[in-house]
Amino acid sequence: MATKANIEEHKNVWVFAEQNNGKLAKVSLEMLGEGRKLADKLGVELAAFLIGDNVKTSAETLIAYGADKVFLAEDPELKEYRTELYTDIICKKALEEKPEILIIGASAIGRDLTPRVSFRLNTGCTADCTELDIDEEKRLLVSTRPAFGGNVMATIICPEHRPQMSTVRPGVMAVPEADASRTGEIITVPVEIKPEEIKVRVIESNEKEHEGEKIEDAEKVVGIGIGASDPESVEYVKELAKVLGAKIGGSRPCVEKHIIPHEVQVGQTGKNIRPELYIPCGISGTVQHTTGITNAKYTIAINKDPNAEIFKFANLGIAGDAKVILPAIIKEIKKYKA
Amino acid sequence: MKIIVTIKQVPNVTKVKWDADGSLIRAGLPTIINPVDKHAIEAALELKEKHGGEVIVISMGPGQVESALREALCMGADQAIQLTDRKFAGADTWATSYALGCAIKKIGDYDLVISGVEAMDGNTAQVGPQMAEFLGLPLLSYALGIESDGKKVQIQQKLGDFERKIEADFPALVTVEKEINEYRVTPMDKILEAFEKEIPVWEADDVDAELVHLGLKGSPTKLRKVFSPKIEKGKVQMLEGTPEEIARQVADKLNEKFLI
Ligand SMILES: Cc1cc2nc3c(=O)[nH]c(=O)nc-3n(C[C@H](O)[C@H](O)[C@H](O)COP(=O)(O)OP(=O)(O)OC[C@H]3O[C@@H](n4cnc5c(N)ncnc54)[C@H](O)[C@@H]3O)c2cc1C
Ligand SMILES: Cc1cc2nc3c(=O)[nH]c(=O)nc-3n(C[C@H](O)[C@H](O)[C@H](O)COP(=O)(O)OP(=O)(O)OC[C@H]3O[C@@H](n4cnc5c(N)ncnc54)[C@H](O)[C@@H]3O)c2cc1C
Repeated sequence: MATKANIEEHKNVWVFAEQNNGKLAKVSLEMLGEGRKLADKLGVELAAFLIGDNVKTSAETLIAYGADKVFLAEDPELKEYRTELYTDIICKKALEEKPEILIIGASAIGRDLTPRVSFRLNTGCTADCTELDIDEEKRLLVSTRPAFGGNVMATIICPEHRPQMSTVRPGVMAVPEADASRTGEIITVPVEIKPEEIKVRVIESNEKEHEGEKIEDAEKVVGIGIGASDPESVEYVKELAKVLGAKIGGSRPCVEKHIIPHEVQVGQTGKNIRPELYIPCGISGTVQHTTGITNAKYTIAINKDPNAEIFKFANLGIAGDAKVILPAIIKEIKKYKA
Repeated sequence: MKIIVTIKQVPNVTKVKWDADGSLIRAGLPTIINPVDKHAIEAALELKEKHGGEVIVISMGPGQVESALREALCMGADQAIQLTDRKFAGADTWATSYALGCAIKKIGDYDLVISGVEAMDGNTAQVGPQMAEFLGLPLLSYALGIESDGKKVQIQQKLGDFERKIEADFPALVTVEKEINEYRVTPMDKILEAFEKEIPVWEADDVDAELVHLGLKGSPTKLRKVFSPKIEKGKVQMLEGTPEEIARQVADKLNEKFLI
C-alpha cells in the first residue's frame, strides 16, 4: 500500500456518470453541475466517467451538461452494475490520469462503488455531502455532510491523498442547463474482462414499479406528519394534493404507521426534495426531517403549535388545526380554479 | 460455516455533545449496538442454525464495547473479539476498515463476513464495502434476504430503484438492511452462558496492523469542524385570522406565485 500522494501530479475534476439500463441517473447530472463549478474554480477540466453496455449516446448528453471529456468504458459484461468490475475500470484509469477530485452521486450504486474505489486508491471519501467548495488558498476540496442522524454537520477535507473523493446526496444540487452546442472529447477506455474471474453473478434484476413521478422530482409536495395522520386529516391532505397536482410525502413516523410508503419519506433517512412548493401539515420540524427540505423554494407550514420548529423553515406559517385549515384552503383553491 | 459479524457500538444519537475541538464527548453517553448490526448477527445465527458452524462477532472501539459484544454473545454468537487500542482511535472509515480487516485476516479461514449497511452515528455506509476491498472479497450489499447452500451465498439486493438477486462463492462480504429479518429476543440460558465467556482483547500488534494506517494518523480524511445545522430563523410570515381568511391569503399567495 502506498502512503501519501504526490499532490502536484494530480489535476482535473472527475464525475462518475451513473446509468441504469442506458438511462443516466439524474444525480449524475447534478454532479456535472457541481463538478463544473469546482473545475472552474480550480481552472481545470471536468471529465465524466461513463460505464455500461452500448451507452455512447449518453456521452454526448454528459458533454451538453458540462463535461469537457468523457471516459467511456463499454462491454456486454458491464450491462449490469457490479462493484468490482466498475472499481477495476475506474481505478486503473484514475492511476494513469491522476484526477485531483472525484465526485459521485450518493445513490445506492454510488454508495456501493465509491468506498471501494477510495480504499483501493488509498484515499479518503466524504460521504453523503450536502455542500462542496474549494479552499482556494490550499487548493483543497472542502466537503460538508450531516452525521449523527442530521444532528451535526461536519466539514471534512482530504489534504494528503488524491483524488479527493466525495459522494453527494441526490436532490441537493441543481441540474444545470443543458447546452447542445458544447463540444467535448470522448475517450474510449479499453476494457478487459475475463468472464471466469467475475465473482458476483446477477441472477435476476427487476426495476421496482413507481407510481408516476418520484418525490425528489416533484414540483409540489404536501407533507404529512403525525399531527395530520388521523384518517380525517389524511383525506384532506390527499384532496389538497389532488387540487394542487402535488405529490404526498411525509415524516418517518408516518412511514412507520404505513400511512405513506418509504419511497416518499422526506429527510435524513429518506429523500431530499426540491419542489417549488412544500406544504408540511402536522410536521414538527425535527432536524432529521428538515435536512430534506432545505431546497424547497416556497414553504407553507401548518401546525397547531405556534412555536413548532417547522415554522423556522417556512415562508408562510399557519398556527392551527390541520383538520380545520386544510378544508378551508382546499375550498379557496377550488374557487380560484373555477 | 464460519461467519464473522462486525458490530459497532454507537451512542444514542439524540444525546450527542462535542468538545471545543470537535471531538465527540463519549463519556456518560448511553450506548447501544448499532441497530442494523443486530440484524447482521441474526442473519449469521440463522445461517449457522441451518448449516452448522460458528458465529464470531468483532467490534472496534474503547473498552466499553465489551458490553455490545456481551449482548451479541447473549443473542447466541459463539465467540466475541474486542479490538481496543489507543492507536485505533480517531479512525475514519478507511482506517476503521483497515483495522477491522486486519483482525478478520487474523481470525482467518472464514466463509462469510456480515456487516450492517450503515451505522447510525457516522452514517457513511463505507466500512462494509471498504473491508471487502481490503480483504479482496466480493461485495453483496443492501441485503433484504440471504440464503446459502454452504458453498455460495445469494442475496436479495435493494439497489435503489432495482431489486436484484445476486450471488457469489465463499468467501464473500454481505451488508444487511434492517428489513432482512426480525432479530431474536435473548433466550435465558444463553445469557448465563454468555457471561461466562471470555472476550479476548486484541491490540494493533496482535492483528499485525501497520501503524501508518491506523487511527487519526492513518486516516486520509480530516475533520475540519463540526457544527449544528443552520436554521434560517425569522423569515416566516405567520397568517392571522379565521380559517377562511387564512385560506384566502394562502390561495392569493399561491396564485401570485403561479402555483395554482
Ligand atoms: C437516525 C434517525 C433518522 C431519522 N430520519 C428521519 C427522516 O428521514 N425523516 C423524518 O421525517 N424523520 C426522521 N426521523 C424521525 C424524527 O426524529 C422525528 O421523529 C420525526 O420527523 C417527527 O415526525 P412528525 O413531525 O410527523 O411527528 P411529531 O414530531 O410527533 O410532530 C407532530 C406535530 O404535529 C403537530 N400537530 C398535532 N396535532 C395537530 C393538528 N391537529 N393540526 C396541526 N398540527 C398538529 C404537533 O404540534 C407537532 O408539531 C429520524 C430519526 C432518527 C433517530
Ligand atoms: C461527524 C463525523 C463525520 C464523519 N464523516 C466521515 C466521512 O465522511 N468519511 C469517513 O471516511 N469517515 C467519516 N467519519 C469517521 C467515521 O464515522 C468513523 O470512521 C467510523 O468509525 C466508521 O464510519 P461509520 O460510523 O460511518 O460506519 P458505517 O460505514 O456506516 O458502518 C457500516 C457497518 O460497518 C461496521 N462497523 C463500522 N464501524 C465499526 C467498528 N468500529 N467496529 C465493528 N464494526 C464496525 C458495522 O457493521 C456497521 O453497521 C466521520 C466521523 C464523524 C464524527
